[in-house]
Amino acid sequence: MSERRELTEEEAARKAWMSLLAKAPAARLAALWAEAGREAGFTWLRAPEVGGVMVRGRAGGTGAAFNLGEMSVTRCSLKTEAGAVGHAMVQGRDRKKAEIAALVDAGMQGADAPRLRAKLLDPLEAEMTAARAARATRADQTKVDFFTMVRGED
Amino acid sequence: MYVAVKGGEKAIDKAHEWLEDERRGDVSVTELSVAQIREQLALAVNRVMAEGSLYDPDLAALAIKQARGDLIEAIFLIRAYRTTLPRFGYSQPVDTGAMACDRRISATFKDVPGGQVLGPTFDYTHRLLDFALEAEGLERPEPPAEAAEHPVMPRVTEFLNREGLIQDEVPPAPEADQPGDLTREPLELPAERPLRLQALTRGDEGFVLSMAYSTQRGYAKNHPFVGELRIGTVPVEAEIPELGFAIEVGEITLTECETVNQFLGSKTEPPQFTRGYGLVFGQTERKAISMALVDRALRWKELGEDDKGAPAQDEEFVLYHSDNIQATGFLEHIKLPHYVDFQSELELVRKIRREADAAQQGARREAAE
Repeated sequence: MSERRELTEEEAARKAWMSLLAKAPAARLAALWAEAGREAGFTWLRAPEVGGVMVRGRAGGTGAAFNLGEMSVTRCSLKTEAGAVGHAMVQGRDRKKAEIAALVDAGMQGADAPRLRAKLLDPLEAEMTAARAARATRADQTKVDFFTMVRGED
Repeated sequence: MYVAVKGGEKAIDKAHEWLEDERRGDVSVTELSVAQIREQLALAVNRVMAEGSLYDPDLAALAIKQARGDLIEAIFLIRAYRTTLPRFGYSQPVDTGAMACDRRISATFKDVPGGQVLGPTFDYTHRLLDFALEAEGLERPEPPAEAAEHPVMPRVTEFLNREGLIQDEVPPAPEADQPGDLTREPLELPAERPLRLQALTRGDEGFVLSMAYSTQRGYAKNHPFVGELRIGTVPVEAEIPELGFAIEVGEITLTECETVNQFLGSKTEPPQFTRGYGLVFGQTERKAISMALVDRALRWKELGEDDKGAPAQDEEFVLYHSDNIQATGFLEHIKLPHYVDFQSELELVRKIRREADAAQQGARREAAE
């Protein structure tokens, strides 16, 4: 693990779309890619591989780090015919999801970026935000309103 | 010791074939899908992920199906699978303070910023069987239309910390902040707190619960309050070596419990509140609370408390017996063929009896003469 450092603007943008793709539901990503993706030739730099990342927590939430348990992820790297290199590390064991994520990562570095943003990343983000908002709303409805019982007169 | 025994292959094949049929049950009843288990037996799935030590709801659901609902067998399957996965790396420690909470309660402060949020809880249900569930296809209420955002939920213990009334939790320097990993090196004692937390979070829920309960009943009593219990999702960040920065590689549901414990001070520490900590995969609050109580009991040495000789204070006892896969492996192996072992024991007992008989007869003869 390296030290935390300030990311450049490009790095921050790339981190954002890679993170979105990693967390996306596999079936939804595949459906959006089927509509918006442009099948282009590519070669594998690293074929999709399923593995584990050891998730860490901190004692007391803020203290010493400890190993909590692993989560399954799939990673791959590829190079498109246009010469862009795409990387992916996505949650779960879906190799196709990793492939699509890497293709989008590569596509986002070229002229196709605005289209991919509009047709794939934006809808995906909107849906994930809506799903999150639905849970937040359900949670908010279970918030306890306390009222104090008045004890006796004056 | 077991000695290889040949034979029985045909019987074993037939036994497994039958097991397959029994797993399926009555074929006139619809088969259970893995997705149904994942969605409708989610708390069983969460337990298998926590104790199997692998966050993957689909795999945990598959394991439960294959194990016919035997959760320890399912955990065994997950642990076995886990060992086949290449390790891509370690995540950055998750920030539970920024959790998108489904549930967040405090038993110590009524008016916490962010509020007391009950979430989907069994609390306050009457524990009466709901026979309506026997019917299928019940209509569900419509989900709410308006959209809220997850509010910021500051840590409850931070309020006490501001006054200096609770022991602080600060991370060690980065180079020292490298916790041991039970999946890489076998457990050695004495164990640092990070290693203990790893053992407890993957430990058997029943065992950790009983250990925690024993502290409440008076064995190493440490007066816990649930300062905060929160359940929700956090993103997991891991570094992509080719890029030199971390991305979010996924999102997981966690249950976190922080206990606030009365502490009258010791030779080394001032009177203040101390903390116990529980963090577990999934919605697993019984386990997270239990973990926090046992964590606190095991901290007696660093806090300068007395060793009361209670089981929950005994690191060796707790850590060596919390893992249900180790326990099951050792326990269940005694049902496997031990014919040679037993033959030698049988011979030994016969020999001792012969000697004892001979000695007795000798003694009788002597008495008769």
